Amino acid sequence: MTQRRPDELVILPSESAPTDAAIVADFTPDLIDVGEHHLCPGCGEPIAIRAVMDAIAFLGLAERAIAVFGIGCSTAFSNNLDVEVLQALHGRSPSVASGVSRVRPGLAVFTVQGDGDMANEGLQEVLHAAARGENIVCVMLNNGVFGETGGHLTVTTTIGQRTKNTIEGRNAADHGHPMRIAEMLAQIDGVGYVARGAVNDAGNVARTKRMMVDAFTAQQQGLGLSFVEVLTMCPTGWFIPTDEAPDYLAQTIAGTHGVGVLRSSLAASGSVPGPDEA
Amino acid sequence: MSESTTTTRLVEGSEAFAQAMVGAGCRFFAGYPMTPFTEVLEHMAVALPWVGGVCINAESELEAVGMVWGAAAAGTRAATGSTGQGLSLMQESIAEAAIAGIGFVVLNMARGQGDYFQATRGGGHGDYRTPVLAPSGPAEVAGLVADAFDLAERWRNPVLVIGDYYMAHTWVDVQSSDDHTAPPPAPSWALDGSTGGTGRAKLVSPLGTTKQRDGVGYDLAAHYAHADEQRRAMEAGIEPRAEAIHTDDADVVLVAYGTMARYAEAVVSDRRSAGHAVGLLRPITLWPFPTAQVAEAADGSRTVAVYENNAGQMIDDVRLAVLGAAPVVGLNGYRTDSSAFGISPEVSVEQLTASVDELLEQL
Repeated sequence: MTQRRPDELVILPSESAPTDAAIVADFTPDLIDVGEHHLCPGCGEPIAIRAVMDAIAFLGLAERAIAVFGIGCSTAFSNNLDVEVLQALHGRSPSVASGVSRVRPGLAVFTVQGDGDMANEGLQEVLHAAARGENIVCVMLNNGVFGETGGHLTVTTTIGQRTKNTIEGRNAADHGHPMRIAEMLAQIDGVGYVARGAVNDAGNVARTKRMMVDAFTAQQQGLGLSFVEVLTMCPTGWFIPTDEAPDYLAQTIAGTHGVGVLRSSLAASGSVPGPDEA
Repeated sequence: MSESTTTTRLVEGSEAFAQAMVGAGCRFFAGYPMTPFTEVLEHMAVALPWVGGVCINAESELEAVGMVWGAAAAGTRAATGSTGQGLSLMQESIAEAAIAGIGFVVLNMARGQGDYFQATRGGGHGDYRTPVLAPSGPAEVAGLVADAFDLAERWRNPVLVIGDYYMAHTWVDVQSSDDHTAPPPAPSWALDGSTGGTGRAKLVSPLGTTKQRDGVGYDLAAHYAHADEQRRAMEAGIEPRAEAIHTDDADVVLVAYGTMARYAEAVVSDRRSAGHAVGLLRPITLWPFPTAQVAEAADGSRTVAVYENNAGQMIDDVRLAVLGAAPVVGLNGYRTDSSAFGISPEVSVEQLTASVDELLEQL
């Protein structure tokens, strides 16, 4: 992997950056091509994608990985990774990944979808892929809204959450109840690992990175479908100031969608130290 | 390896389709049961594991075509299939696969011929086409199915093969060999994970995305212009195919495809014996449509009669081919049995003979 030299890096102008700022090292992860992204300020998705790519790099899976991307904000990373990527249609990633995995067994095949993509458009795909025990890793970036369309209700939107089509906040009588996707998957025989992480603070980021390592480790051990849901900030789609989004996630979103490992078939010895623990 | 043996077996038409796919190197199949496609799925589920392939009973047609999208992008000859309704569910993926450059075969074991427009006009959204091959019976299946896989690979585009209830359930003698063609090696663009970490990891996408590291990212104008070029090249590069029977001197030229052409062939043979100048032009590729062959057959004829089991769909293409050189009439109407799976007793040699005789009297 070629790291760019510090003197090749461009310092982007910023009102808050000190004028004598210098980049002393490029911390762009090995498997992400371009360090800049065009998602909104405060978005949690780049952190979650980084956790996925760090796990692949850490486990040495880069030359055996195929990513299947869904459609949503995170699609912005589908052409910015140094692993092979197959773009799928909205909702269709788990079936596409199943097809890849069945004809290329042993590879680290994984999906990246948002909650609108996985849980609204194509929920049955991940459920059936889990029941079939497809040996893939499915990642759902859950911010509780359709971010790319500008903040609309998904099935994971929490009660009280304001979206563009629940303008006074979601209420169960009018808009139905939120679904807990990780809990649903944890009940299905055929899964090897199910966890829900979050990227709202350093502790949760570290836990989420560990979950990604465990998910890919379970996949490589042939334990069935690994599922990691990651709660990500979407201040734009939550209609709140950027710096309030991490706390909003902890106080509202995580109240419905609790963080933790829900199911694991990994033997205690099967789990390896995470990137930040090694 | 031991010498291969060729045997003649009496098989159901559905098995002939399955054998043809496996013989053509298909190693991945996914489908959802639906009459009259069901038995093809059954036969693939039995046949593929024997050659190291995979057959998945998908939870719906949406997932079936999704799985095939993945398997094909990973360089495996892959196919799915259904009946018209199931193909309706698959259309989003078929349309986008054509833009993404992912080739696979889709089998439509149709009910009647009501899916002609669905097959030849694209069926889904956007600006794309799919080659369509229409065997008239099981004897022609092996060759055309192999051609379909070759076309899908050559043009990186979904290719349709149209069968029907009649073909699915007719038992026929089929030559079968235990010497299956080894699947071709995966094309160079296909994904196998190996370019990861090299700085040049592959990307297969319908979105027109290019690597951000190349400084472009998205250029949809270039993407759709490229797709348009590919589509035109495919149309120009596929030879339209048709079978002409006694069309040189025919006063009445019948045009029919698939099972309906079998009835027409019998009527042509019978009327010729009675001294009437009747011929048949049978399109084998429905897209690209054999426009030149139809025009040539119509040249010098006094009536062109399109015999199809729908309200009149292929007749549009025939009219565009004949361009007014002869009157074009439709001997059409959607005629099914009471289940709508099979065809009505009204579809018969006797009934078509009567229609042809009526046309002959009007000359």
